[in-house]
Amino acid sequence: METTKLPPTSPSSPTTGFSVPSAEKVDGFPRRSMRRARQRRSHSSSQFRYQSSQVELTPLPLLKDAPVAELHNLFCKKLQQCCVLFDFLDCVADLKGKEIKRAALNELVESVATSRGVLIEPLYPEAIKMISVNIFRTLPPSENPEFDPEEDEPTLEASWPHLQLVYEFFLRFLESPDFQPSMAKRYVDQKFVLQLLELFDSEDPREREYLKTILHRVYGKLLGLRAYIRKQINNIFLRFIYETEHFNGVAELLEILGSIINGFALPLKSEHKQFLVRVLIPLHTAKSLSIFHAQLAYCVVQFMEKDATVTEYIIRGLLKYWPKTCTQKEVMFLGEIEEILDVIEPSQFIRVQEPLFKQITACISSPHFQVAERALYFWNNEYILSLIEENSQVILPLVFTTLYRVSKEHWNQTIVSLIYNVLKTFMEMNSKLFDDLTASYKCHLVSFSE
Amino acid sequence: MQHKSKMAGADGDDSLYPIAVLIDELRNEDVQLRLNSIKKLSTIALALGVERTRTELLPFLTDTIYDEDEVLLALAEQLGNFTMLVGGPEYVHCLLPPLESLATVEETVVRDKAVESLRKISQEHSPVDLEVHFEPLVKRLASGDWFTSRTSACGLFSVCYPRVSSTVKAEIRQHFRTLCSDDTPMVRRAAASKLGEFAKVLELDYVKSDIISLFTALASDEQDSVRLLAVEACVSIATLLPQEDLETLVMPTLRQAAEDKSWRVRYMVADKFSELQKAVGPEITKNDLVPAFQNLLKDCEAEVRAAAANKVKEFCENLPEDSRETIIMTHILPCVKELVSDTNQHVKSALASVIMGLSTILGKDNTVEHLLPLFLAQLKDECPEVRLNIISNLDCVNEVIGIRQLSQSLLPAIVELAEDAKWRVRLAIIEYMPLLAGQLGVEFFDEKLNTLCMAWLIDHVYAIREAATCNLMKLVEKFGAEWAQNTIVPKVLGMANDPNYLHRMTTLFCINALSEVCGQDITTKQMLPVVLKMSNDQVANVRFNVAKSLQKIGPVLDSNALQTEVKPVLEKLDTDTDMDVKYFAQEAISGKYTTLSIFFLYEVASLGPRSLLVVLVLCQTHRSTMCPAECVSQCER
Repeated sequence: METTKLPPTSPSSPTTGFSVPSAEKVDGFPRRSMRRARQRRSHSSSQFRYQSSQVELTPLPLLKDAPVAELHNLFCKKLQQCCVLFDFLDCVADLKGKEIKRAALNELVESVATSRGVLIEPLYPEAIKMISVNIFRTLPPSENPEFDPEEDEPTLEASWPHLQLVYEFFLRFLESPDFQPSMAKRYVDQKFVLQLLELFDSEDPREREYLKTILHRVYGKLLGLRAYIRKQINNIFLRFIYETEHFNGVAELLEILGSIINGFALPLKSEHKQFLVRVLIPLHTAKSLSIFHAQLAYCVVQFMEKDATVTEYIIRGLLKYWPKTCTQKEVMFLGEIEEILDVIEPSQFIRVQEPLFKQITACISSPHFQVAERALYFWNNEYILSLIEENSQVILPLVFTTLYRVSKEHWNQTIVSLIYNVLKTFMEMNSKLFDDLTASYKCHLVSFSE
Repeated sequence: MQHKSKMAGADGDDSLYPIAVLIDELRNEDVQLRLNSIKKLSTIALALGVERTRTELLPFLTDTIYDEDEVLLALAEQLGNFTMLVGGPEYVHCLLPPLESLATVEETVVRDKAVESLRKISQEHSPVDLEVHFEPLVKRLASGDWFTSRTSACGLFSVCYPRVSSTVKAEIRQHFRTLCSDDTPMVRRAAASKLGEFAKVLELDYVKSDIISLFTALASDEQDSVRLLAVEACVSIATLLPQEDLETLVMPTLRQAAEDKSWRVRYMVADKFSELQKAVGPEITKNDLVPAFQNLLKDCEAEVRAAAANKVKEFCENLPEDSRETIIMTHILPCVKELVSDTNQHVKSALASVIMGLSTILGKDNTVEHLLPLFLAQLKDECPEVRLNIISNLDCVNEVIGIRQLSQSLLPAIVELAEDAKWRVRLAIIEYMPLLAGQLGVEFFDEKLNTLCMAWLIDHVYAIREAATCNLMKLVEKFGAEWAQNTIVPKVLGMANDPNYLHRMTTLFCINALSEVCGQDITTKQMLPVVLKMSNDQVANVRFNVAKSLQKIGPVLDSNALQTEVKPVLEKLDTDTDMDVKYFAQEAISGKYTTLSIFFLYEVASLGPRSLLVVLVLCQTHRSTMCPAECVSQCER
């Protein structure tokens, strides 16, 4: 599972993975000029606002030098010191204070990660308070209202140098062998978790990466919060699907859910089935599907592997939301169908084969060659091929006419040769039926031309 | 599904055949056919008659509700207009079951449409039916399992509340209260967005007892998306309450919203500020809203500052007259001054779009002393949008202090925008030229701006040259043909000798645009000779544009000029070596000859009514643009 890996501890450059902005492709006049204006200040933070009056920080003694009796007290003082927030939009403001806080955070991280017996009960509220003060904030408005996660560079959190260490501390805190869920649950409560979930909307991918790992740990250790977390994720998704169509952390939340679904007990509770049918399947309608499709498809397949009876819901759901104009999404849907067919039970396959192969046939005759090609690749999959063979009496008549017609008409040579291969497979599979169909098709053509 | 055979086929009535087809299409595999059929639903119902519509069509529709959202949307809309088709208000409740199912589907647009239709038909229910049929539906939706039905219920309370008995009213209030504290934020959002509307239909006592507590709770919801909707409700609620209750019942919540930790909520307060101001009245405005507004103008989030900046003029306008000037001068203006040099260009440009409006409120002296420096600063802003917004609102200042005060600074700003590296900025300033010309007057214009307008004609971007041409036309419309003859026509015609063929073509484009506004005299005497001379240009593009121009200005010329001057030139171009020139010459000739022949036809027409008919027929076959009007006037004679 991806989520078990620790995020990189050094602030990596998240911009390297992003492609050239699309604005350059079209005329793009207004966008480019806006972009230039933006680049001057691509950091944003609304964290600083809550600071009422600036406190002067004074360095405290090092934790490692502290006598054992003083250690907890000093730890506590450092936590309190780290509750002071700094203005990172002004990069030269209070450099000394910023450095003191950074050093203190580093020490806290190291201490909680390496030494045993530090986490005693009185520190829990202080630690959670420090985390809350630092990470919980209303995310700033996106500087680019039409932010496209695939094309645009994300706005990075300006206070990351501190924020990252706070997240790191939180993570080490949760992962510490001394961590006691029974003590933590008094402070890491529903309200805390709700605010944590809201942060998943952050545009900064580094922050979402940390949040993902942290939420996964919280889910794993604080059993009492599990149902609540699932419900709130549901709400976030429903709002994303039906209200705003905007939430940056869908992929990360789905990744966590993938491992959660894996752990569902059998038989599936109706709550979980409802989640599949009313949330996961409708998520396929999102405009930004490409960003989280891999994680979504993984969740869907997890459900099928848990309980084969949900297969029909899934396939009929996908067919219902099949993209009508977006070929790029159509290719993704076909990919997901193949993943599903890979693990489908033959008895379930029979229940959906007719509507499914009607859709696949429609894809084969798509003038967009990538769609047709993706659909025709199904015939390269041995398991799918065996399913088709078992049911050739039903499937062959469904697809035959289209295959025959498209083989004569398609503009793309690759498609034509792929179709010949498919026709050949069918001929070998069931030559009698194939001949009958060929004869009746030719007959039909003749009668049509007359 | 079984309904179909029962409905369409059973009685073998041939007159119903088309209906059978439509109903068949309701089940077709092709979504488009189903959609077409749904859109003709009223025809189906009309043909079936009210009885069968109620007993067969509606149950059939209720059963088919699992279709594509597109079809469901059309269905939800249709059912809102179905009252007469089911037999009038007496039977309108038959429409409730299908609409109830539609109000529970997932897709928001379908649900919203179903609620809209339900609200519509609720008015057609008798008070008794409302209690027997409609209100139970609302209750069922309000206690539905899935959030969709509860969300839909929120929109239905206010339409049935006024017309039911007090017991049912109490139940409705209870349901609304429950939904306001629903577990799902989606439902709380729906309830919060209907809070104001519901408050309006409630008795004042209940507004005070029920609505205020709900309002307070929603305004401190854990989700900012709920809190911000409470701000909207605040406007309606404050309007309903007597002045003396506002302070205790509404203001604490409003104050809290204006300082909410989420910028979305503060943005909402800023965005609704004028409405809030009207709703709470002058006293509270003076004491509370003025400081709140100051804070919003100084907010740490640019989004909020921009929203507040947008409201500066409206807020100041609506301040109580007795203290308006003092408040603006001592409280608002200092904030405005800071915004002029804001770090965010959206804030500055929002301010620039309204700041000029303050001059009317503050009068001449204050404007000169306090506002003018701000206008001037914004006119020099680094962001072109800010400068443009100032320039496009000059009319407000013009009324108060006259534009002369500004003209010294205006000019450099206009010149700078006119030469901006971005052609879209240049384009925008060109579009304000006619307006500016009107305000600055012809003298100032001639002296300072004329050169600019001419310089745009040789811009290297075609869109600018095109806009400049159009601008000249508008200027002539403002200043008249005589002005054109003296100032711009000579310059335009001078470009005909430019070594750059693009500039020579611009002359032709200008002539196309100007001939009509300049009139026959100038066109014939000054422009035509130039155009004709250009027919010898060595660049083919110029030559075929000559043909096009001749066609264009033809209607302005008299028949003599057309015959003796235009015709020979076009005939010469018709023998050109370049095929494009030939083509456009022919185009012009066929168009031109129509024009020419019209003069001939007029004479024929004057012979008698029968020949008039011939004229009309000829006119139609020639399709010359000027024909119909000319002919009609001829016919009238």
